[in-house]
Amino acid sequence: MLIRRPADIAPSEITDQTIYRQRRNFITGAAAIGVSAFLPTQATASTKLPNIKKSAYQVNEALTPFKDVTTYNNFYEFSTDKSGPAIIARNFTTRPWTVTVDGLVHKPMTFDIEDLLKFSLEERVYRLRCVEGWSMVIPWLGFSLNEILKRVQPTGSAKYVEFTTLLDPERMPGQRYPVLNWPYVEGLRLDEAQHPLTLLALGLYGEVLPNQNGAPVRIVTPWKYGFKSTKSIVRIRLVESPPVSSWMRAAPSEYGFYSNVNPDVDHPRWSQARERRIGEFLKRKTLPFNGYGDQVASMYAGMDLKKYF
Amino acid sequence: MLKSLLFLLSLIPLARLTWLSLHNGLGANPIEFITRSTGTWTLVFLLLTLSITPLRRLIGRNDLIRYRRMLGLFAFFYACLHFTTYIWLDQFFDWSAIVKDVIKRPFITVGFASFVLLIPLAATSTHAMQRLLRRRWQQLHRLVYLIAIGGVLHYWWLVKKDITQPALYALALTLLLGFRLAYRFISRAP
Repeated sequence: MLIRRPADIAPSEITDQTIYRQRRNFITGAAAIGVSAFLPTQATASTKLPNIKKSAYQVNEALTPFKDVTTYNNFYEFSTDKSGPAIIARNFTTRPWTVTVDGLVHKPMTFDIEDLLKFSLEERVYRLRCVEGWSMVIPWLGFSLNEILKRVQPTGSAKYVEFTTLLDPERMPGQRYPVLNWPYVEGLRLDEAQHPLTLLALGLYGEVLPNQNGAPVRIVTPWKYGFKSTKSIVRIRLVESPPVSSWMRAAPSEYGFYSNVNPDVDHPRWSQARERRIGEFLKRKTLPFNGYGDQVASMYAGMDLKKYF
Repeated sequence: MLKSLLFLLSLIPLARLTWLSLHNGLGANPIEFITRSTGTWTLVFLLLTLSITPLRRLIGRNDLIRYRRMLGLFAFFYACLHFTTYIWLDQFFDWSAIVKDVIKRPFITVGFASFVLLIPLAATSTHAMQRLLRRRWQQLHRLVYLIAIGGVLHYWWLVKKDITQPALYALALTLLLGFRLAYRFISRAP
């Protein structure tokens, strides 16, 4: 399997990761001796995912180092501090795990995570733009969400898709505090959800999705601000009216339903004209639809994007 | 002696930042880390400065006043670092973006105003200025109450969600200002 690496990753960084993985394997191995009798074999973080296809979805920009992608996370289910999820989610169990797809569909289905891993996975390098004004470039592994939607067959009245994160304050300690309206809910218009760019991600950097990045399965919509990409999802529901997302509920004037990356529409408290790519010093200009305008802009033709922000 | 010790202690946040930046310890977004850290320490030193008077009254140690100016100047010092980080590292002297920020973003407006108000206080912090301005000096330096409130608001409005941290600073400030009001009320009572 080939993973494109930027030339500017220091050799020390790579060694680091190898050692890290060896240590993980050692710990996992040691733990496995004790618990193997009780647990089925499972893919956990830092496990390589096999048979990954390369895809045409590439970005001609340097990848954000694995270490930054996995230690700088907005994942309030674990912590509101960006370095917190990597520590607090370390022992988050992602097995057993199912994703139920229901609502306005002809064939409601429940997918076991192991079944989702059997889909044909491909590597897609996407930009990720956070509403806070920073961005990354991440090699995700997964497949188009539409593969799932085709199987359940949305009915004619299905207009929107609602995503729900796991609700379990025992396993997600951040949910013990009413920071947001738990469980985390997000939504897309059906055509957005069916768009080939919308990814159901199961991994990154060739590995199973690390817990702090939304394990075991998440959505990635690269032309929207990061919070639209729901993590650790357990339910996908097709509905008729637009879902009210957790962020819209928390601050309706700050977070709209669409939340397309748009340098011309400021967040009330900060400008969105520029962004800081993690690892770079100078800010760069933010691109409309995060640079995916060619693929997605037509879905919003004729819409006032200042009104539908 | 104690004053020198306090001086060195007050430099620890800067030493820590320097050490972390030399050892690649500022995380994925170093500029955000430095901004947050210098902002936090500005607030801490503002609150420490404001706690001298209540402490003097509560434990009857009037000599504590000797440390107030240094604490206040350290608040100004960390505010300068915070401001410089924003202008230089964060915005890289993009003046039009900075002006827009100051005008359009309430949290930046209030932070900027608080910083500007700190300047005359720092400039008049010497004994000579104190003697020169006499009663005016005290009136001028009451601005620190406004500055502290502005500083806490600046933090509060910046946070997206989970206002625990700014709420703690707000609580501390409320106690410190509340003490003054209560003291004034009690000492006026017959």
